[in-house]
Amino acid sequence: MASSIALTLNGVARQVALDDLRVTLLDLLRERLALPGTKKGCDRGQCGACTVLVDGRRVNACLTLAVTLDGVEVTTIEGLSDGETLHPVQAAFIENDAFQCGYCTPGQIMSAVGLIAEGRAGDDAERIREGMSGNLCRCAAYHGITLAVQDATRRMAGAEAEDAA
Amino acid sequence: MKRFDYIRPASIDEALAAWNPGAAWLGGGTNLVDLMKTGAVQPDTVIDVTRLPGLDRIEWGADGSLRIGAMVRNADLADDPEVARRLPMVAEALLAGASGQLRNAATVGGNLMQHTRCNYFETPQAACNRRDPGTGCDARDGENANLAVLGWSEACIATNPSDFCVPLAALDAVVEVQGPEGKREIAIADFHSLPGDTPERRTALEPGELILAVRLPAAAADFAGHARYLKVRERTSYAFALVSAAAALRMEGDRIAEARLALGAVAAKPWRVAEAEALLAGQAPDPHLFARAAGAALTGAAPSGDNSWKIDLARRTAARALAMAATGAPARMPALPASPFGEPAGDHVHA
Amino acid sequence: MPDTLVQPVRFGSNSGQPVTRRDGIAKVTGAATFAADNQPAGLLHAVYLPATIARGRVTHLDVAAAEAHPGVVQIITPADRPPLDGDPSAKPTPFSFRIDVLQDDTVRYAGQPIALVLGETLEAATEGARLLAPRYAAETARTALDDETPFAFEPAGFGLPAGAEHGDVAGGHAAATQAVDVTYETAAQYHNAMETHAVVAAWEGDHLTLDMPSQALAMSCGAYAYFFGIPAENVTLRSPYLGGGFGSKAFTTGPQVLAILAARMTGRPVKLSLTRQQMFGPVGHRGATRQRLRLGADVAAALTVIDHESIAATSSFDDFVEPAANASQGLYSAQALRAAHRAVRLDVGTPGPMRAPGEASGSAALECAMDELAQEAGIDPLEFRLRNYAETEPGTGKPYSSKALRQCYDQAAERFGWAGRPLAPRQMRDEAGLLVGWGMGTALFPAPMFAAEARATLRPDGSALVETSAADMGQGAWTALAQIAADSLGLPLDRVEFRAGHSDLPDAGVAGGSGHTATAGTALHAAGGDVIRQLGEIAAADEASPLHGAGNAGFVARDGRLCVAGDEERSEAFADILARAGGAALIGNGSGSRAPEDAERWAMNAHGAVFAEVKVDPDLCQMRVTRLVGAFAAGRIINPKLAESQLMGGMIWGTSFALHEEARHDRHTGRIVNADFAGYHIAVNADVQGLEVITVHEDDPHVNALGIKGVGEIGVTGTVGAIANAIWHATGTRVRRFPIRVRDLLEAGSPVG
Repeated sequence: MASSIALTLNGVARQVALDDLRVTLLDLLRERLALPGTKKGCDRGQCGACTVLVDGRRVNACLTLAVTLDGVEVTTIEGLSDGETLHPVQAAFIENDAFQCGYCTPGQIMSAVGLIAEGRAGDDAERIREGMSGNLCRCAAYHGITLAVQDATRRMAGAEAEDAA
Repeated sequence: MKRFDYIRPASIDEALAAWNPGAAWLGGGTNLVDLMKTGAVQPDTVIDVTRLPGLDRIEWGADGSLRIGAMVRNADLADDPEVARRLPMVAEALLAGASGQLRNAATVGGNLMQHTRCNYFETPQAACNRRDPGTGCDARDGENANLAVLGWSEACIATNPSDFCVPLAALDAVVEVQGPEGKREIAIADFHSLPGDTPERRTALEPGELILAVRLPAAAADFAGHARYLKVRERTSYAFALVSAAAALRMEGDRIAEARLALGAVAAKPWRVAEAEALLAGQAPDPHLFARAAGAALTGAAPSGDNSWKIDLARRTAARALAMAATGAPARMPALPASPFGEPAGDHVHA
Repeated sequence: MPDTLVQPVRFGSNSGQPVTRRDGIAKVTGAATFAADNQPAGLLHAVYLPATIARGRVTHLDVAAAEAHPGVVQIITPADRPPLDGDPSAKPTPFSFRIDVLQDDTVRYAGQPIALVLGETLEAATEGARLLAPRYAAETARTALDDETPFAFEPAGFGLPAGAEHGDVAGGHAAATQAVDVTYETAAQYHNAMETHAVVAAWEGDHLTLDMPSQALAMSCGAYAYFFGIPAENVTLRSPYLGGGFGSKAFTTGPQVLAILAARMTGRPVKLSLTRQQMFGPVGHRGATRQRLRLGADVAAALTVIDHESIAATSSFDDFVEPAANASQGLYSAQALRAAHRAVRLDVGTPGPMRAPGEASGSAALECAMDELAQEAGIDPLEFRLRNYAETEPGTGKPYSSKALRQCYDQAAERFGWAGRPLAPRQMRDEAGLLVGWGMGTALFPAPMFAAEARATLRPDGSALVETSAADMGQGAWTALAQIAADSLGLPLDRVEFRAGHSDLPDAGVAGGSGHTATAGTALHAAGGDVIRQLGEIAAADEASPLHGAGNAGFVARDGRLCVAGDEERSEAFADILARAGGAALIGNGSGSRAPEDAERWAMNAHGAVFAEVKVDPDLCQMRVTRLVGAFAAGRIINPKLAESQLMGGMIWGTSFALHEEARHDRHTGRIVNADFAGYHIAVNADVQGLEVITVHEDDPHVNALGIKGVGEIGVTGTVGAIANAIWHATGTRVRRFPIRVRDLLEAGSPVG
């Protein structure tokens, strides 16, 4: 059964025809919408490599059926930076060498953006570790990831304070 | 994944009308979609109930009771400041489960309905009475080190993996459901079924019934000051429980007026034993008392395979959870919720 | 013309700098293209059906049901699989394993491909595979080390390790006044790079283009050429990024060959990406081991013997025996040494090299046994190791090319605060009442070199292009190799274009064995040197050049200028020299390998020391590594930032080895029951805290021209033992199996409270 959903994808409103109801958000992005930045690590919600933001919240794209997403806003790694200007989390990942092979990195970054928005961890290292534990990294760049999320959190809080001033 | 029809009803009535014997309710999908991928669950119709009106609310009654809509996301419930204040072990259990991403998607109703993590259930090629009645149980003589030590049967030794349901059981939650025959309420103690000869009947839900909400009585908040959830894991986070325990004490002066204790990951349902709680009532908190109560909670425990160690661990976990509850709920959610390493201990090490 | 002395700058301004990853922006924006990200027009999706038994035959596949599924294009089973030009049981390259490509209906391990389904969509192909609903004639699988009788074998290079025996082993046992005789077990582990093995294969006539992660591009091309009966130069392999490899992506695998075959059969590009579950089977793993260690020491706590026997699992049809016992041969001074290996044939996929093969498993057991003997002798574990410090390679007496292990011990112990550690276990608690334990282990990994080629082109504008088919699986080849190349050319990094990850480029060999930076780096260094030598000859002969006639003095290249050695004011820009010479680019070639006589003369290893703190709940027995401090001496570090990341990654692998990783088989079918990331645990972020790495510089003139050892694998070694020793120190319970689980401490009768 064919179906169609309207979604805002990286800021652009799109009408997306679904050729198959079984398509997950992950396979929609990767195989049909030419957005392969979001990665498949397990396809079962067990690694976090496919993390994207749906309506601003981090979720596993692999367990989200695309057909359920009518009317939502999806942000992927491709939509995170502002043109050439990296998002503070992206910049912090580079500066803190928070990745090696880079495969889990889009998911780590989207998860970090989600975590910072949740406000659960602040810049507390232990809370960041817990909050980022849904993103496996086999290269084990965890030390750098925690530092990067700490950095970005502080930087973003600083920017907000400036904006408010 | 088998092909399916997808329906997104606009109302509860529409949802109930859409139900058919091959249908499955879709919440956050974190369990259902996964099992559809392995082939363990193969619905013909997926009924998306996430947008049904009115099911996404957290409502406090005038009497202090709490009604949680079935489609409230786990993260939203855990982050609700009133929930964290009045029902700290509910928030702690939620935050001890899965990952931030999964908690953003997973729903309260879906959590109640989540399937066992027994690999033989998840794998269609294995014999599993729970998945395919009458095929047998490959887990019984298989890799069963993490499976049930209480309430199991020859037909099935699966455990319920939910963290959230453990404090719900301890706090006498009530599940509101609606089906073709109308609305009814099911006590949490009756909601999940022990396997017996019919492990495929995993809950008390009748065909076509939909969970609308979970209610917690006002009395649940009486335990707010002394309630903890504790989860023993093989890694520090993002792991299912080996064993978990929810312990709650209502203190009157320096005595326990009333106690609640439920264990997770030891049976097909959260395990609660009235006798263990009765032992605690009226007593002063004391490690020996907690050990006795923990022992009572494990009455009847028996290994279903290579898992007698879990009985020992469950006893220790129960006793510790009681001790933690006696100490008091922390002012702020621990950095590692429900973990033995949750409390900031400082770096000082002494001999 | 006189011979021109050229001194290319060995260590210019680029090496040694913590240069940020040059592929960083691509990786944080999602622009880095991994194999399965490719989407050529007309693509078909391939999904294979993995066996859910480990031993027996497939008796039925419901092909009709699968074919009837909309979107399914074709089913390939052993009954109708088109022929290959090569024999799947042959090993066409020096590092090869026998592959399973539907050659018959036999099943020899769980996860083996038993059919391939092609679909217009991934969903259709996936469901087609499920609908095949295989039936089997199953036999009871052998998946535990006790399920078969161990056998001895003749050492035969790769996969069948030689043992060693030095000195009088019986005499060493007899001379011991303190001894331990302990047996350790390590579980089967699976590489599980985050990127599963994948391929996008496309044929144009008899030319094959592969987008595929590969740790060994040229070798892979040779293997695929063999299987498909085409010349190796007809295979183009693109592997710009690997989503991790850890040893598993250096080999030809059956599923990838099947996808290539399907592409040839259908005339359409085919994409195949393993599922996570499928990573447990046909793509290698670290075989389970059982290791008996008998160590003896005399009254002075000097080792009289290290006697290490290992039994390792291999498959029923091929040989890779974890060389675990060899890990104990190069490390501690002992009067007598013995390493012996036997193997057990099980119904599992063939094991293979996995990050620190041999060393990881062997070091885990050895470092624990050393701790046990130190305890017997009543000596601090670090002191015990220092007393048995090897000044020359044990057994052979070869000198070390360099060995700053003593500094590693000192610096790591100092940073960790090892002094004052109580000797007896179960003496320390933290403020929350958790048991605290401290343990340590020595790290060692060989510093091999393989063979590599590289090309450097100095362009007329004075910038350069350097090329080699190196593989970056996260270790940082894009950055570190470019740094080496830039130094060899005397150019700043941003004037050097570095190309890698493509089979058309000069063969960089294999990214493995912690030897890639050393090997490909040496080739790049030589290629750059070749260009500068040619440039020097041109300049020296050019009357218009300020360098005219200076050839005898020699030149150095610095910052885009060729300078007279010792008189660097006298110099000329590369571009100016080239312009007068006709404006053509200069091309230099280089190769990297080690002279056999150097390899024979010196013992070459990276060394390190790892100190671990663990906390253990005294009642619940849950464990957490709270601090890890490692100091490593690995020659010259080209990029400290990336090297530290790799060492940390290795140490966290050590944590995973010690506490998490274990494939568990159903004892009847042999199926791995935890073949996913929920069941097969690797460390998560919350498992990592208090991680510190110290690098100790070594000037090693012998390993290679650049003085580089390697840092990719050594972090795993030492760490596993350090953690296990810390758990013993915290609890008083010695667990002699890995991973150490909650139940192990519980069942050992860890007292409550």
